[in-house]
Amino acid sequence: MPAVSKGDGMRGLAVFISDIRNCKSKEAEIKRINKELANIRSKFKGDKALDGYSKKKYVCKLLFIFLLGHDIDFGHMEAVNLLSSNKYTEKQIGYLFISVLVNSNSELIRLINNAIKNDLSSRNPTFMCLALHCIANVGSREMAEAFASEIPRILVAGDTMDSVKQSAALCLLRLYKTSPDLVLMGEWTSRVVHLLNDQHMGVVTAAISLITCLSQKNPDEFKTCVSLAVSRLSRIVSSASTDLQDYTYYFVPAPWLSCKLLRLLQCYPPPEDGAVKGRLVECLETILNKAQEPPKSKKVQHSNAKNAILFEAISLIIHYDSEPNLLVRACNQLGQFLQHRETNLRYLALESMCTLASSEFSHEAVKTHIETVINALKTERDVSVRQRAADLLYAMCDRSNAKQIVAEMLSYLETADYSIREEMVLKVAILAEKYAVDYSWYVDTILNLIRIAGDYVSEEVWYRVIQIVINRDDVQGYAAKTVFEALQAPACHENMVKVGGYILGEFGNLIAGDPRSSPLVQFNLLHSKFHLCSVPTRALLLSAYIKFINLFPETKATIQEVLRCDSQIRNSDVELQQRAVEYLKLSSIASTDVLATVLEEMPPFPERESSILAKLKKKKGPGAISVTELEDSKREGGELNGGSDRGPDTAAMSASNASTPSPSADLLGIRSAAPINAAPAGAGSLLVDVFSEAGPAAPSTAVNDDGFLRFVCKNNGVLFENQLLQIGIKSEYRQNLGRMYLFYGNKTSVQFASFTTNVSCPGELQLNLNVQTKQVEPLVEGGAQIQQVLNIECLTDFSDAPLLNIKFRYGGALQNLTLKLPVTINKFFQPTEMASHDFFQRWKQLSQPQQEAQKIFKANHSMDTEVLKAKLLGLGTALLDNVDPNPENFVCAGVIQTKSQQVGCLLRLEPNAQAQMYRLTLRCSKDSVSQRLCELLAQQF
Amino acid sequence: MSSFQMQFMLLFSRQGKLRLQKWYVPLSDKEKKKITRELVQTVLARKPKMCSFLEWRDLKVVYKRYASLYFCCAVENQDNELITLEIIHRYVELLDKYFGSVCELDIIFNFEKAYFILDEFLLGGEAQETSKKNVLKAIEQADLLQENVDFQTRLFAGVMVPGLASESSGLFQN
Repeated sequence: MPAVSKGDGMRGLAVFISDIRNCKSKEAEIKRINKELANIRSKFKGDKALDGYSKKKYVCKLLFIFLLGHDIDFGHMEAVNLLSSNKYTEKQIGYLFISVLVNSNSELIRLINNAIKNDLSSRNPTFMCLALHCIANVGSREMAEAFASEIPRILVAGDTMDSVKQSAALCLLRLYKTSPDLVLMGEWTSRVVHLLNDQHMGVVTAAISLITCLSQKNPDEFKTCVSLAVSRLSRIVSSASTDLQDYTYYFVPAPWLSCKLLRLLQCYPPPEDGAVKGRLVECLETILNKAQEPPKSKKVQHSNAKNAILFEAISLIIHYDSEPNLLVRACNQLGQFLQHRETNLRYLALESMCTLASSEFSHEAVKTHIETVINALKTERDVSVRQRAADLLYAMCDRSNAKQIVAEMLSYLETADYSIREEMVLKVAILAEKYAVDYSWYVDTILNLIRIAGDYVSEEVWYRVIQIVINRDDVQGYAAKTVFEALQAPACHENMVKVGGYILGEFGNLIAGDPRSSPLVQFNLLHSKFHLCSVPTRALLLSAYIKFINLFPETKATIQEVLRCDSQIRNSDVELQQRAVEYLKLSSIASTDVLATVLEEMPPFPERESSILAKLKKKKGPGAISVTELEDSKREGGELNGGSDRGPDTAAMSASNASTPSPSADLLGIRSAAPINAAPAGAGSLLVDVFSEAGPAAPSTAVNDDGFLRFVCKNNGVLFENQLLQIGIKSEYRQNLGRMYLFYGNKTSVQFASFTTNVSCPGELQLNLNVQTKQVEPLVEGGAQIQQVLNIECLTDFSDAPLLNIKFRYGGALQNLTLKLPVTINKFFQPTEMASHDFFQRWKQLSQPQQEAQKIFKANHSMDTEVLKAKLLGLGTALLDNVDPNPENFVCAGVIQTKSQQVGCLLRLEPNAQAQMYRLTLRCSKDSVSQRLCELLAQQF
Repeated sequence: MSSFQMQFMLLFSRQGKLRLQKWYVPLSDKEKKKITRELVQTVLARKPKMCSFLEWRDLKVVYKRYASLYFCCAVENQDNELITLEIIHRYVELLDKYFGSVCELDIIFNFEKAYFILDEFLLGGEAQETSKKNVLKAIEQADLLQENVDFQTRLFAGVMVPGLASESSGLFQN
């Protein structure tokens, strides 16, 4: 046993360390240290030259003091002096000091580099190693500049000792990591790759780290390493446990090298050479087989080393993601570990399975372990293991098990550690949205989230539930009912009040028929929470109240009373006060029509990437992996959907701008203090004012849904008009091209300043439609009219409409208005004349269920034949006479011209004058066109 | 995907005293102190049967307790936890072999040796030489090179203060 008597004990140092340990207090320690520092300083400054041993001892004491956590501002010079000592231990202490206390003092760096240079050229391997260790430990840019060209030479020189090669390889790696620009590839690189064949296992172990890092950056240059790595791995894997002598660790041959080889292979795709690939698959199979063999030792080191290789092999199998057999075997192996008595193995199995869940080959195999994983979530005592289980549940979730998994995650949330609650909430919210089949389940889930973990429900989550409720009318009544019930709990979270306020404000009418949730009951329930809430929530509630006045005129008096009381109308918070004042005024002077327009139900939100997903992406760590994986699986989700309806789950996944489409805490979109300046509040100006100052963050909501629909069957007319502005429109279309003239008329006698317009194609539309225009003059004089021309090109069929945003200043107030431009798919129709026989033949050809869209609806306008004919002609199709056997019916045919394709469309409209109903049927060669035309036309008759 | 580059290794006692620190990534002294403080607290708060890995900031911490000392390594998130655990074990074996039944006091009084052994085993956070024989051979060769001064007996019996019982108990006792 090498006793330390061999070492170079320094008695003075030992005494000093003992003294420090003897100190009873921090003060005593500091006192003792200061005494020592003074002593060392005087020795260093003294006239008497210190011998090497004393210098070493003092430098070592300084190092000890530094490592205790105290600052050291001298002694560097003495340490540098030690570097040039020819006594090994002195040199060694000098290098240690320099490595620990790097100082960018340029004068010293020069001296240090000089000493290193001397040692590197000394041809004394121990000195060379010391110098290389120092470079690797410091790894500064200055050192890279000095040695980056020298070290590769040492590494590949024929006469370099093995131990020096090992140090040189890792030293070069460190320099490459800090200053890749200074390490130049060259002739040495190919020789480095061949170190994988070196006789000395230690050299291979060190070199492979360097090769792996270089391969990542220059994969082509190093690709020969793949076959070398495979054959080396194969030799290790097939060797008997004693073959490798001291490189066998607890009966496992070369575990570190094996792991590094498997890691290197993960920098490359599967080998193309069949023989190499075969050999590698054999290795991976052997590793999987060995996992099933009885252990050669009971020591944990044996199983750890063996399993380290196994997990690395599984990583490689997942990386290749091309061998279903191996993937499923890996999954089964991990399944065994899920129930292992070692916590470490359970943790790693959960972690590794998380990535397996994203492979299409093993997703199903992972799912079979759901019960075990749920059990782990419930029973594991270590939070980090429970966290892994939660991650895995999230990763293995799909339509088939979503309800079970979401339920388990919700119940886990009740006891989950605080540190992971927010992430859990996000994950539950995402799964609930992604896999919602009926949206009442989704609403229940989110409200449960708020109930269980309200504090951790971020804005994104409750914004999202509101967006979805607003966009899906099938769930609005249910949401109103559920939130109403949830609000009846004696203590409910403020987030619940926010959601409740918003939803009842929009859809309270849907449950108002029940006397238990009559308008006044709803209002009183909301208002009972008012005083416990923060300012933003109160602001939201005030907006809900004004919406109530519109929805339920009978609540007007009560609500006006509330708005009028001092605590509102004189509230010290300016936002609350302003809302109270404005809403009170609005409710007392505006006519019911105006109220109905201003306080109309929120229009659907544009579908964008789910803000929740965006938030989860921002959170780093395991979540991030699962999110990408989640997005990958979107295709699978789509298939399961049968592509039937583009629910928000798929739409939400479409990556676009990650800006949060927040409904803001504001129902009307009033962002800041925007005084309603038009004193005689006419309908038009109010409309403008309400939407003014919306700011860029507010959803660009078009206000002219009705106006827009009026233009489906006509091309000219007034698109929009209020007290200030009139916008007229003229348009013409040929083939897939169109031109639209917009006329902006200033109806006032005052100039509009900073008049700008902007036409945008939101989301996917920009891929479908190309709209070009020139900017207009920024000034529009009172009474004047200006014109703008839009050139439109239809690239493929589309459903949305381009948006026209208009901003200008009128009397100092910024006006901001967004309109839908009536560019609809039918504008690109070419009429097609055909005979009865042809029509029905084509009709039969378009008989796939998706090609047809049908709607039965009530007549909204006159059913006069001539009016109908005019509309159908305006649609752009040819109106075919004598085709339908029933003369009451109308049939039309046309071809929609887009740049990429032509879509044939046939239409049949069957009026029933008695019932005042229509049946509209469309068959088109493209499914999406049938749908869109049907939607557009159903509102025309 | 990186190879197994370790970010840092810390050795600290059950009382939270730092006994060795090795940093493989450039950090300021202030950051090092902050990380040390946070991590020592986190690890000491964990219960004995918990798993040896924990996610910490964006790193993965692998730790194991040997008698009175905690050995704690931070690696990157995708790194191999089990092999890191065995890196720790091999280092303890090296210390044990060199000092002969190593205890915490050996590391306190011969801290420089602990650093030298670590440098032979790991360089720049990567395994340089995993053979126990080869590492010890390198250290012993160096010891033979030393000048013939100041022979001391191990642990300096004359100047020793009685340490805590735990500090003198062998790391491999359990």
